[in-house]
Amino acid sequence: MIRPSHFTALLLVAVFASTVFGITMRDTPKKMVRYGLYCFTLFVGSAIVLSWVMYFIAR
Amino acid sequence: MGSAENKAASAANKTDNGFVYLPLIAGWLVPGAGHFLLRKWGRGALLAFSIIALYALGLAMDGKLYTGAQDILELLGLVGDLGNGLMYFVGRMMSLGSDPIQFTTAEYGTKFIEFAGLLNVIAAIDAHNLRTGRKAS
Repeated sequence: MIRPSHFTALLLVAVFASTVFGITMRDTPKKMVRYGLYCFTLFVGSAIVLSWVMYFIAR
Repeated sequence: MGSAENKAASAANKTDNGFVYLPLIAGWLVPGAGHFLLRKWGRGALLAFSIIALYALGLAMDGKLYTGAQDILELLGLVGDLGNGLMYFVGRMMSLGSDPIQFTTAEYGTKFIEFAGLLNVIAAIDAHNLRTGRKAS
């Protein structure tokens, strides 16, 4: 059994989901890579921003 | 104008050859298989790796495979799990994902498995769109 940290779990989901989104949502390889990177950035970026928001709400 | 006609003609040609829903069904049963049937080897391999890895990681994290639908949330989970196609049924036959959840990561694992199923459905629909010509390439 593996027990990744919360952030590692987020990174894993972001990598695999961005790969699938990139391939399925765009037509050409270049656009696929760009959209995949865009999705990955949004996944991780939004998680970090929301984490800080919740941190300040909880204080 | 000419490009649109070519696209329509290409779509018409594609739909004339064989069973249109084969990539959709194959892609649902085995991740990436729909793209392999269309000779999109690289995309198929990446899709297969991503979806199988997510499913395997979910099981390795002690994620749960839904076996029934007692309430609406379990029903949604079951629908997500069924998106994994044969992997779900093989997992059930091997009694994987049947342990009660004891750790936070096991809950994450359950979501990984559901997410893999939903991504597999997206990949299968993409294969179908390629087959019918709705998606250019």
